[in-house]
Amino acid sequence: EIHEPEEVSVWFREGSSCCQETLARNQRFTETPVNMPGADKETDLSERIESFLSELKRCGSGAGSLRGSAETARETTALLRRITAQARWGNAGELMEIIRKEGRRMTAAQPSETTVGNMIRRVLKIIREEYARGSSEETDQQESLHKLLTSGGSSEDNFRQHFTHLKANVIEAINELLTELEGTTDNISMQALEHIHSNEVIMTIGRSRTVEAFLKDAARKRKFHVIVAECAPFCQGHEMATSLCKEDIETTVIPDAAIFAVMSRVNKVIIGTQTVLANGGLRAVNGTHTLALAAKHHSTPLIVCAPMFKLSPQFPNEEDTFHKFVSPHEVLPFTEGEILSKVNAHCPVFDYVPPELITLFISNIGGNAPSYIYRLMSELYHPEDHEL
Amino acid sequence: NEGKELTKEEKQRLRKEKKQHKKNKKDDKGPPEKEKEKEKASVPAPSKPATQSPAHKAPAPVHASESAAAAEKPAKSKAELRAERRARQDSERTSKQGKKEGGQQSASSKPKATPNELQPVVKRLPEHVQVDDPAALKKLAKKLERQQVPLRSDYGYKVSLFSHLHQYSRKSPPTLQISIPATVIHPSIVRLGLQYSQGIIAGSNARSVALLHTFKQVIQDYSTPPNEELSRDLVNKLSPYISFLSQCRPLSASMGNAIKYIKKEISNIPSQCKEEEAKGKLQACIDSYINEKIILASEAISKYAIEKISDGDVILVYGCSSLVNHILCKAFEKQRKFRVIVVDSRPRLEGREALRRLVKKGIRCTYVLISALSYILPEVSKVFLGAHALLANGYVMSRVGTSQIALVAKAYNVPVLVCCETYKFCERVQTDSFVSNELDDPDDLIVTRNGKSHLENWQTVKSLGLLNLVYDVTPPDFVDLVITDLGMIPCTSVPVVLRVKNVDQ
Repeated sequence: EIHEPEEVSVWFREGSSCCQETLARNQRFTETPVNMPGADKETDLSERIESFLSELKRCGSGAGSLRGSAETARETTALLRRITAQARWGNAGELMEIIRKEGRRMTAAQPSETTVGNMIRRVLKIIREEYARGSSEETDQQESLHKLLTSGGSSEDNFRQHFTHLKANVIEAINELLTELEGTTDNISMQALEHIHSNEVIMTIGRSRTVEAFLKDAARKRKFHVIVAECAPFCQGHEMATSLCKEDIETTVIPDAAIFAVMSRVNKVIIGTQTVLANGGLRAVNGTHTLALAAKHHSTPLIVCAPMFKLSPQFPNEEDTFHKFVSPHEVLPFTEGEILSKVNAHCPVFDYVPPELITLFISNIGGNAPSYIYRLMSELYHPEDHEL
Repeated sequence: NEGKELTKEEKQRLRKEKKQHKKNKKDDKGPPEKEKEKEKASVPAPSKPATQSPAHKAPAPVHASESAAAAEKPAKSKAELRAERRARQDSERTSKQGKKEGGQQSASSKPKATPNELQPVVKRLPEHVQVDDPAALKKLAKKLERQQVPLRSDYGYKVSLFSHLHQYSRKSPPTLQISIPATVIHPSIVRLGLQYSQGIIAGSNARSVALLHTFKQVIQDYSTPPNEELSRDLVNKLSPYISFLSQCRPLSASMGNAIKYIKKEISNIPSQCKEEEAKGKLQACIDSYINEKIILASEAISKYAIEKISDGDVILVYGCSSLVNHILCKAFEKQRKFRVIVVDSRPRLEGREALRRLVKKGIRCTYVLISALSYILPEVSKVFLGAHALLANGYVMSRVGTSQIALVAKAYNVPVLVCCETYKFCERVQTDSFVSNELDDPDDLIVTRNGKSHLENWQTVKSLGLLNLVYDVTPPDFVDLVITDLGMIPCTSVPVVLRVKNVDQ
């Protein structure tokens, strides 16, 4: 489903008027009652939210993820915990409404950073679960499939009941979520030895902290060779290569143009991604689609290391709402002179990789095929939360 | 005339004696070795005395284990080869002059030639480099020393997959080691070599044309020493020049074909031709070669290609190919309405040059880097690519990145058209981009962003390697059409064209 374009998936260039429009529109949603009595906590909370939003907006300048997705996820979850603790709400429905509202603002600030939206949906699901548990302590946890068939029980009216321990339970569950987030990279790296054998040639593109940890963990016991495609124009592959070399992994840096040329010699392709879409496809750094096609041509397995918080219930939209662009100065610098005014230059940041090209997803809960992703999604998020 | 003949015969005899002497000094191996060399010698030699590589490949079919001893065998068999060839050439020449003998000689030489042509002789071309073979390196060094050409040393850590190729640094050109004034190498050749090694002249057409113009200059300044024949001596004079140029930058397929042509023309100069006349003839040959094979060919290709460009097309081009730029400019002059997307790649960024030329003409252009290919390709209706060489098995050898473009275009069902003149067709076969390629200066990959360059001290880091490939090969199933001056052919018809050309010549 396409989100309302004004709020969430805005196709925006940096510094363009679109951004300011969205900002103005979102401020209409904020009904922050700043002048209410006892507003210290509230102002403190709104300040934090504002600072978080401004940080989100700033770090979208396309230099990759200045803060990794894991950090963003953690900060979002921490902020949501704070909102749960400090905001005024009487029952679950009100809490969910507050979170949804703040969530809309946060996703609008940086639509391409989907981990923010994912965390919000996780928390909403937690609230629903805690509420359901509170309202039916005696009955066991039912199968999610059963719930799907007998859904009808979780309409909005049902959330009006008040439970004394709801707040504590929700905060505890959010804490569990935070612990899970902190352990994702380690969980993924633990599986490294099952997938990498000796004397392999592994190819990767750009810089992914997950893949870096994955390879470093395998390097402790096995010797292999890594080829890194530098991923112009930001050339994050260089950082990746220097970081891998510190662990004495044989690394080679190649320009993007040589991906197909060296692919015949590669045994596995291991990449990270920015988002995993609901159909099992990827939204990854640009150049990944070419890499995936080359791997398919040579029948090389393509392994994606992605923690669960990157799984997003979006489907690949039309090109208008999928892509994000940054300044074409990266591609054609101003030193090129007069031809700049006569030429269009594009610098997209992301690529769509269809699920047919992917062999395996490795996440903190284990390995999965792309065809299984929809099922995982239904366990993480509630269908009514797909649109915030 | 007769006097000259006598001295020529005498000289040949002297030469043969010297070679026999050399041969007797070294060990004598079995006759089967000699016979194999004789077979190879009687094949109409494609690359005559250019390098020692035909001798290189001679021991290769025998055994790799005898590499140490093999170093001596080629020297001997090379002498044998040369002697055989000289004898055969002389017989052919006398057969041209004397009609009585003609029938006999040609009859004797032809049956020798034809059965050997039918035999599966492996034709290996001199472009094969073997840097990981120390014996081969030693031979090369000795040969260069003999020719007084400086040997260029490799630079930096080489990725193990490519240890068989040279990797030079642009900061240490081979001209540093040449004394001034250079006695053996003509100054315009030195200049040309420097221009090649610094990348000032790049692109196979440009390199070939520059080479031919320089050879014209060389021929102009050449004067036959006494007691020597122009046809033989000039070819010998050209050998060190060619070694020098290949030290500066490995020769391209088009350059190789041009050199073959010139050498053939030179050796076909009849011995009674006066020097000035011969020089004039050679210069006219070179001019006609450039005119026919490059200039007129591009006109013919443009004519065919313009039929394939329709109004409203969005055409994708990669890097800077002089031929493709020419086609687009011509099509624009013919009032076709199209727009162009120029795809570029680091580290060479040649697409910017193409962009400048197209924009100057007034064509609407878009510019992206190769990583944005998947984004831009849905808009594209045709892809035009240039080629460095077309191999005999239908593979297209071109700038690195071309195969990627063809791959993604195939995935999006966009037709891929390769434009290539016939003089770039090459008899080599290759299936991947590893066995024969060129490694450029690895320092080119270093980039400074936000004041930081991560790879600056890559030499000090032990396990880090930078790979800067220059060429790659595109499989023929990605290419839909090849447009040449002979017409529009599929990729797999390249050996047919080669055969037709060989028969013509």
